[in-house]
Amino acid sequence: MAEYREVSLDDLRNLVSDRALSGETVLLNMGPQHPSTHGVLRLLLELDGEIVLNCIPDIGFLHTGVEKNMESKIYQKAEVMTDRLDYTNTIGNNLAFVLALEKLLDLDVPERAEYVRVILTELSRINSHLIWLGTSCLDLAAMSVFLYTFRERELILDIFEMCSGQRMMTTYIRPGGLWRDVPAEFVPAVQHFIDIFPKRIEEYDGILHKNKLFLERTKGIGLITAEECIQYGVTGPILRACGKPFDFRRARPYSIYDRFEFEIPTEKNGDIFDRYLVRMEELRQSTRIIEQALHNMPAGPTRSTNNKIVPPPRSQIGTSMEALIHHFKLWTEGFCVPKGSSYQTIETPRGLLGVFMESDGGPKPLRVHYHTPSRTNLQAMPIMTRNRFLADVVGIIGSVDIVLGDADR
Amino acid sequence: MNKHQSRAVEKIQKEFGASCVEANDEVTLFLSPDVLIPVTGMLRDQYGFDMLILETAVDYWPQLEPRFHLVCQIWSMSDNDMIGLRVPLNGNNPSVPSLTAIHPAAGWYEREVWDMFGIKFEGHPDPRRLIMPFDWEGHPLRKDYPLGYEEPQFTFNFDKVAAKKPHPKE
Repeated sequence: MAEYREVSLDDLRNLVSDRALSGETVLLNMGPQHPSTHGVLRLLLELDGEIVLNCIPDIGFLHTGVEKNMESKIYQKAEVMTDRLDYTNTIGNNLAFVLALEKLLDLDVPERAEYVRVILTELSRINSHLIWLGTSCLDLAAMSVFLYTFRERELILDIFEMCSGQRMMTTYIRPGGLWRDVPAEFVPAVQHFIDIFPKRIEEYDGILHKNKLFLERTKGIGLITAEECIQYGVTGPILRACGKPFDFRRARPYSIYDRFEFEIPTEKNGDIFDRYLVRMEELRQSTRIIEQALHNMPAGPTRSTNNKIVPPPRSQIGTSMEALIHHFKLWTEGFCVPKGSSYQTIETPRGLLGVFMESDGGPKPLRVHYHTPSRTNLQAMPIMTRNRFLADVVGIIGSVDIVLGDADR
Repeated sequence: MNKHQSRAVEKIQKEFGASCVEANDEVTLFLSPDVLIPVTGMLRDQYGFDMLILETAVDYWPQLEPRFHLVCQIWSMSDNDMIGLRVPLNGNNPSVPSLTAIHPAAGWYEREVWDMFGIKFEGHPDPRRLIMPFDWEGHPLRKDYPLGYEEPQFTFNFDKVAAKKPHPKE
């Protein structure tokens, strides 16, 4: 049994300045239970009056051991756990896992499934940005935006429920395609959403863009440069707000993203307000991608015909011996994946999500690692908060758009 | 392998004697721990591989020589391609030089690898655990670490379970 040890000031000696040890500056503990930390993030702040001299993020309070658990599960079951990591971008997590797996299996995916994947991933991006917009404005004491954004989020969750039966933890994208084809109401529902959504973006923009209180709390705050972003591996809207037009959908296209026209929004200053502008433009661009995908979506199958990996349709089980055997094997033993490793990068609403997967030739992964944007972006918190007011830390956490389930895994 | 990658790979193979494997659209260099720092430094300064986008480890237990692989992927912002590095490590007290001097992003990644696999990083500025509690014993992602479970605490076994907890509540 482990001996319980107290944390002594000596453990902190490397992390804070000498002034803190002599009592000249104050060490303040913010979180892990704090309404503005979006989960369980603990920040150790060194304060000189109201000025933050040093910020030490501490994560791990939401660690669920997903990577360890995956090693004891067959691939189909391991995929279910990926939803629970970044719970605002569930479909993107599934997609990254499935793409990494399909790379190892060398599996074909039907055209229609690819289009549905893109539509749902982009809807998921909009969903995530809406949650970010609502909650980060809540941190800045703007209550009404939250009510507006959650109204539209409800439409997206209805579409997810229509496809998969689940509002958030869908696991709809499966190796070799989708769980099943989208229902007939899917196309009209998405069409309705993209018809009304551009007007709704203008509504949010109308509340915030020229709002003096919002501008005062966001302009020139939380600054970071593009060089620092690259050094610390920070990607996504934070990097684009520094003026670097970088997006993994363009830089290393996955799925069928190379077929769509969209722009990568950038701004110059790298403060909270610019991140807001970038994300608002991303909402518009995602709507554009959905529109193109919806109009070009072909008819056809949505699952691969390789029945060694994709289970055969339920209807065949009564008539085909082969189908029965495949079904039995897939749900008891799972499928074996050739030996090797793959690294799949995708662009989530927060930035780069990389899935490293290694197989030893068996039905269970040897190692799955989620390189997540929340963890990487949090690492740059000390740079963004240095010499800012304590009250600005709240706004900066909101603008980084962290999901602690994603950071701790 | 494109031209940009192959130039870098050829140079590193010639200078540091690394072996190269190509699979699944990825180029991976196998390095020994002592050349890791010069190779990443050369990749960043001469070939523009400037962003560390993966640093983790794989445990091949019960195999002991080598038991671990340190796995890195480095991205080039200017050329949009990436190169992988793998460093085989022994199971007995594994240690590897820290990449923090070249890529500050490695700070937390290496803390996580130390936390989960017990691989030491020489020269790391802040070698604490990242995710597990600071007084945790063992390294959970090692293959010889059991997955484990916690016995649910009910009225009938309250005292038995409470006795096993490290910090029993009042």
